[in-house]
Amino acid sequence: MTIMGMTGDEAVAHAAKQSKVDIVAAYPITPQTIIVERFSKYVADGEVQTGYVCVESEHSALSACIGSSLTGARVFTATASQGLALMHEMMYIASGLRCPIVMGVANRALSAPINIHGDHSDMMGSRDSGWIQIYVENPQEAYDWTIQAFKIAEDKDVQLPVTVNLDGFIITHCMEGVDVLEDNVVAEFLKTRKPFFKLDTDKPITIGALCFTDYYYEFKMQQVDALSHTPSVLDRVAKEFKGISGRSYGILETYGMEDAEAAVLCLGSTAGTAREVARKLRAQGKKVGVVKIWLYRPFPIDEVRAALKNVKALAVFDRAISFGAQFGAVCSDLVSALHTVDRSPKIFNVIFGLGGRDVKPSDIEHVFNEALETAKSGVIKQETLFLGARE
Amino acid sequence: MVVLKELSTEELFTSGHRLCAGCGEGIINRMTMKALRGPTVIVAATGCNEVASTIYPYTSWKLPWAHVAFENAAAVASGVVEAYKAMARRGAGQGHIDVVAMAGDGGTYDIGIQALSGALERGHDFLYICVDNEAYMNTGIQRSGSTPHGAETTTSPAGSVIPGKPEWKKDLIGICAAHGIEYAATATPAYWNDYITKVRKGIEVNGPAVIDVLSPCPLGWRYESARSIEMVKLAVETRYFPIYEFERGKYKLNLNVSKPKLVEEFLKPQGRFSHLFKPTYRKDIIDEIQQNVDANWNRILKLCTN
Repeated sequence: MTIMGMTGDEAVAHAAKQSKVDIVAAYPITPQTIIVERFSKYVADGEVQTGYVCVESEHSALSACIGSSLTGARVFTATASQGLALMHEMMYIASGLRCPIVMGVANRALSAPINIHGDHSDMMGSRDSGWIQIYVENPQEAYDWTIQAFKIAEDKDVQLPVTVNLDGFIITHCMEGVDVLEDNVVAEFLKTRKPFFKLDTDKPITIGALCFTDYYYEFKMQQVDALSHTPSVLDRVAKEFKGISGRSYGILETYGMEDAEAAVLCLGSTAGTAREVARKLRAQGKKVGVVKIWLYRPFPIDEVRAALKNVKALAVFDRAISFGAQFGAVCSDLVSALHTVDRSPKIFNVIFGLGGRDVKPSDIEHVFNEALETAKSGVIKQETLFLGARE
Repeated sequence: MVVLKELSTEELFTSGHRLCAGCGEGIINRMTMKALRGPTVIVAATGCNEVASTIYPYTSWKLPWAHVAFENAAAVASGVVEAYKAMARRGAGQGHIDVVAMAGDGGTYDIGIQALSGALERGHDFLYICVDNEAYMNTGIQRSGSTPHGAETTTSPAGSVIPGKPEWKKDLIGICAAHGIEYAATATPAYWNDYITKVRKGIEVNGPAVIDVLSPCPLGWRYESARSIEMVKLAVETRYFPIYEFERGKYKLNLNVSKPKLVEEFLKPQGRFSHLFKPTYRKDIIDEIQQNVDANWNRILKLCTN
């Protein structure tokens, strides 16, 4: 194993290279651009055999990826923000046609006003598109999850596309030491893709037929079924990955939840800060914990219930507004997951970090203290807290 | 040029599809299939052709066929072409496979023009066939960038103030030729040999090729369905739709029309132009169309080197 200094974007590009993708079809957009820049350099230097399709829009990027994936090829792309929004139509088609494409999403705010910095409004806008959605905390996780994503996507029981989400700039542009696997180890872990159907001139099939009222519903139910297999496949893949890397992954990660009375639940890079704050508070004798969700779609209902079974108060962090809804998307999912359990914690929502607004340890400490107070009093002071927003 | 006996008797586009009686697309599909040279994948855009030939669980296509969306047949084809090449580099795949993309005029002239332009610029080796029936027929006859001046559609109705579509048909071949591609051509199913020869040429070119094939539509053009071939023949004989090709930088006229009929003969049998004849004879508009036809013919003649 080798430690390399890499930004999150570079780590994703390196992982895609080692995953021996047949096709990358992509279009540049901040803060994802480094991924496609690095990849085109690999192609220009002959380091990979990948076909690089430098398309004229994100819509065509995902369209070309779908075409490639249907031939049985292993396919990767990356985007962010407006690019993901432009892909929105194709997102549903990629999952509907069961294309195991892996896409790096450098999460960035959506316009207007235009903003290039990180939040989750891009991916949350496509959260119901049938893609498996993984959020990572740092460049190491970006690297590790990109490799694992191919194995999950291409599994016979899954055959669905995956997004690997990394917070714009916070992860995409910050350099950290990344423990990189040997090329042959990754190749052996992933092997080549074995498609279960494809555009085959020896066995011709029609893909993307018109389905009316008599069949459409059943096609959608097959996607539901495939998504339901994802958690167990992910667990299996993570176990195998631990075997080659020594690093443990799963559906979610907890810190201090054994005895926590108040907890924070979040996605992505925020978890690192939350954990540090929790460590400090726990040293002061405060019973706090952190739940970091790696797998956001399909939403890990059972795992979330298990992780939160003893906690009295919970602050759910959403880095995107779901306009007109009671809560942000993650909090809504959480409340849905817990509404049938006998003893649900008192839940409040924290909207934060929009357009890259910095979230400081003191901000998170404030939330922990609010949660501790709620745990004690049983009273939710504010259902939605707009953390760090000026009046 | 081919002779009838040389054509395969195998039908890769089979009966049982639900295209309208007299639809040009069924005829064009069959002719296209007979021009293939080997293993081929078809990429289709959303449109009449797709919805009428692949109603699940049935299909009329006896070769690998994929439909993804409306505006992206060229982008999807790019991905298919490059994936076969990439897999061949690692020793997988099935060797060379021809890729033919098929889309309507809405999916080409309008919503698909960006994806088409991108694919032509990148130079992927595929043939793009625009099955051009001059409007969005699948959604109920709405105007497109290909709908001719004066034609009535449901979004360019013949009203008391605006008599049908005010704008003119886009020059698709000019747009494609401007990308510097090796081959672009017009055709109609009325001249089967010309069309089949062009499809084969487009496939044989190393790089992108485009064919704009005028497809008669009894429903949208509003004429008796038995007269489809006659309609596109009239389009050629009136010089309304010149048959020419652009090959390696040179234009060539494939069908000379030395004694053209008046464009009125093409317009009159079609309901989409009936408001130009009844209740009042709109000589002004018909003259305008005739002048445009003449100017376009002369423009193309000047481009042609033969």
